[in-house]
Amino acid sequence: MLHKTVKHKFKQVAGSLTLVASLFTASVTTVSAEDIGWPEKEELKFGFIKLTDMAPLAIAYEKGYFEDEGLYVTLEAQANWKVLLDRVIDGQLDGAHMLAGQPLGATIGFGTQSHIITAFSMDLNGNGITVSNDVWAEMEKHIPVENGKPVHPIKADYLKPVVDSYKQAGKPFKMGMVFPVSTHNYELRYWLAAGGIHPGYYAPHKGDTSGQIDAQALLSVTPPPQMPATMEAGTIFGYCVGEPWNQQAVFKGIGVPVITDYEIWKNNPEKVFGVSKTWAEENPNTHIRVVKAMIRAAMWLDANNNANRPEAVKILAKSSYVGADADVIANSMTGTFEYEKGDKREVPDFNTFFRHNATYPFYSDAIWYLTQMRRWGQIAEPKSDDWYMQTAKSVYRPDIYTLAAKALIAEGLADPKDFPDFDTETGFKPPQTEFIDNVTFDGSKPNEYLDKFSIGLKGDTVL
Amino acid sequence: MSKSIPVVSHIGQIRGKNVLGNIMSTVPKLLMPVVGILLFLAIWNVVAKNIDTSLGQFPGPAQVWEQTFTLIDEHSAQREKADAFYARQEERNAARVAKDPTYVPKIRDFTGAPTFFDQIWTSLYTVMVGFFIASIVAVPVGILCGLSKSAYSAMNPLIQIFKPVSPLAWLPLVTMVVSAVYVSDDPMFSKSFITSAFTVSLCCLWPTLINTAVGVSNIDSDLVNVSKVLRLKPLSHVQKIVLPASIPMIFTGLRLSLGIGWMVLIAAEMLAQNPGLGKFVWDEFQNGSSESLARIMVAVITIGLIGFLLDRLMLSVQRLVSWDKNAVLR
Repeated sequence: MLHKTVKHKFKQVAGSLTLVASLFTASVTTVSAEDIGWPEKEELKFGFIKLTDMAPLAIAYEKGYFEDEGLYVTLEAQANWKVLLDRVIDGQLDGAHMLAGQPLGATIGFGTQSHIITAFSMDLNGNGITVSNDVWAEMEKHIPVENGKPVHPIKADYLKPVVDSYKQAGKPFKMGMVFPVSTHNYELRYWLAAGGIHPGYYAPHKGDTSGQIDAQALLSVTPPPQMPATMEAGTIFGYCVGEPWNQQAVFKGIGVPVITDYEIWKNNPEKVFGVSKTWAEENPNTHIRVVKAMIRAAMWLDANNNANRPEAVKILAKSSYVGADADVIANSMTGTFEYEKGDKREVPDFNTFFRHNATYPFYSDAIWYLTQMRRWGQIAEPKSDDWYMQTAKSVYRPDIYTLAAKALIAEGLADPKDFPDFDTETGFKPPQTEFIDNVTFDGSKPNEYLDKFSIGLKGDTVL
Repeated sequence: MSKSIPVVSHIGQIRGKNVLGNIMSTVPKLLMPVVGILLFLAIWNVVAKNIDTSLGQFPGPAQVWEQTFTLIDEHSAQREKADAFYARQEERNAARVAKDPTYVPKIRDFTGAPTFFDQIWTSLYTVMVGFFIASIVAVPVGILCGLSKSAYSAMNPLIQIFKPVSPLAWLPLVTMVVSAVYVSDDPMFSKSFITSAFTVSLCCLWPTLINTAVGVSNIDSDLVNVSKVLRLKPLSHVQKIVLPASIPMIFTGLRLSLGIGWMVLIAAEMLAQNPGLGKFVWDEFQNGSSESLARIMVAVITIGLIGFLLDRLMLSVQRLVSWDKNAVLR
């Protein structure tokens, strides 16, 4: 029943999103390259952070997919996520590689307020949690062993005694994540909370945005490329970050990755391509063309069972992109992940760019992030299920994605099989069960989902 | 004719002796710097081998030398890519005009990442503009302060307070002001360029200002008296007497300023992520590859060499404009 109303609502919303979008929706059946129209803006500057999941941007540039769309794109590495978001908001960047939570957080006004939208999800998975050698040595005592190797996935239950001993010694247990609305923050929190470690609440209505209220593990922000150095300096005891920065800890011998986000939540959405709503309204054709180029790049990255990945690794290793050593990048990009030194395991979907509809912006993904924002107090007030839907729909824009995908299909550059069935797709994934704590997530019932957690805000609770 | 020959040979003998003497006296002069550099390289090599960082061993001279060539190769590869980019662009423009006759084709700048050498050029250009702005402000104000005691007393507290301020403290203010004030749809200069240049200017002002003021106020009283006797008008007094007499001090200030400007710029580029050598260093640090440290070392040496060349450049300009050609300048 609820599902039906959701579908109905989706149609309503899709029909009235914006004037431009609805004009296009009216002509979707006959869409082709010419119908999209020439780009309004040809010279574009996109920002990215030095992480392997910026790959679709690098590939779309290097393989000339942007140029095929008549776009002349400059890619520019940014110092940190805040600078990147601010520059998208003030127009210095036309768009950027963003954390999935960033467009949502900006739109609802946690941090800098500005309406950001996304029509393209850049990848699934790709993060890991790494702890320092000292912490690992303590954790290892509690972890069951099979064939001489620790049994994965490693739950935070084994970290709990370590955190407790730090607490008894009067030392704060500090960990790093990359941004308050980052996937990493929510994944690290999810993992810690699943193991009974309280990661702390935010209380923006009281001006507390440190996220450390009631915390047993204190989380703070460190830019991804500086994670290994910060941990080496002893400022933090562990971190959650994207690649290559977990693998680099292994290479440098300064820490041990304990879990990948694939094991925390299988096929979780990671980065998105975000643009400001004003930009998207002023440049609708350009936006669709950008998405087209990026879909092609994502297809290339996953084509023939990752056959192109070694080439992608070479491109990403260039100092203007990720710049880390090729073998460090290759470790995760080619379907393996090295935990302890020498303990290399197969994780074929660790970095997924196109398979499993990775590029489609699902409303349910947006709602998961919104539930986590509520769970940890970034959304201070209780919200109705309907609010979650409306917010997800104002930020995630599968309508634009659909136009781009159909244009590619019409040009013969893509196969309709590789996309969701656009006529019936609701934007909601069926209830997902593959979380580390086995809690089922149904995107259409966010409040019911929040009630299932023992640690976290829910219902009418306000700090 | 026949008389002149012995004279010539005599001169030749004297010259020969002098040349020998010169060589004898210059050998240590030439040799010592070489010895110094070799000694430094040797110590560097040994020390580097004993420092293990998490990015691998600290780069020795050999690795740095190797990276220098990698950077040159990267530069030429990028130039080739740029050429291909322009060729493709022309084809695309032509194809589009064929389809859409209303389209006005435009050649866009290469969109690839700037190479090390592009960054050197950006930094040099920025420091020169910043230094130029500072100089055209500092020299006149300095002369005013040198000529008039009351102007000096008025300016002195400001100079003393702002002189020791680090560029990094100015940077956020400059960035915000530039973003707010410098608004245009098709800007001639990028904001990042203006920010860096102004930060450099703010830090370059003081040495020139102070040295000019000191130079002007310490002009030989004989010269001032000459000016008085000749009843020179204020403007010609400045032109004929003050400027020539204080040139050495002004240039001392300018040289200090340019040196400071160069140091400031690298720091500003690093912090503000503005294009230039500072950004190159920061990007390499962020990359954290096993070659990063060697590449940063190449940048460090380049920064040093450029700083040195800039100083020599100012020195030769000073020699050119200085009236006292016998003064010892170093």
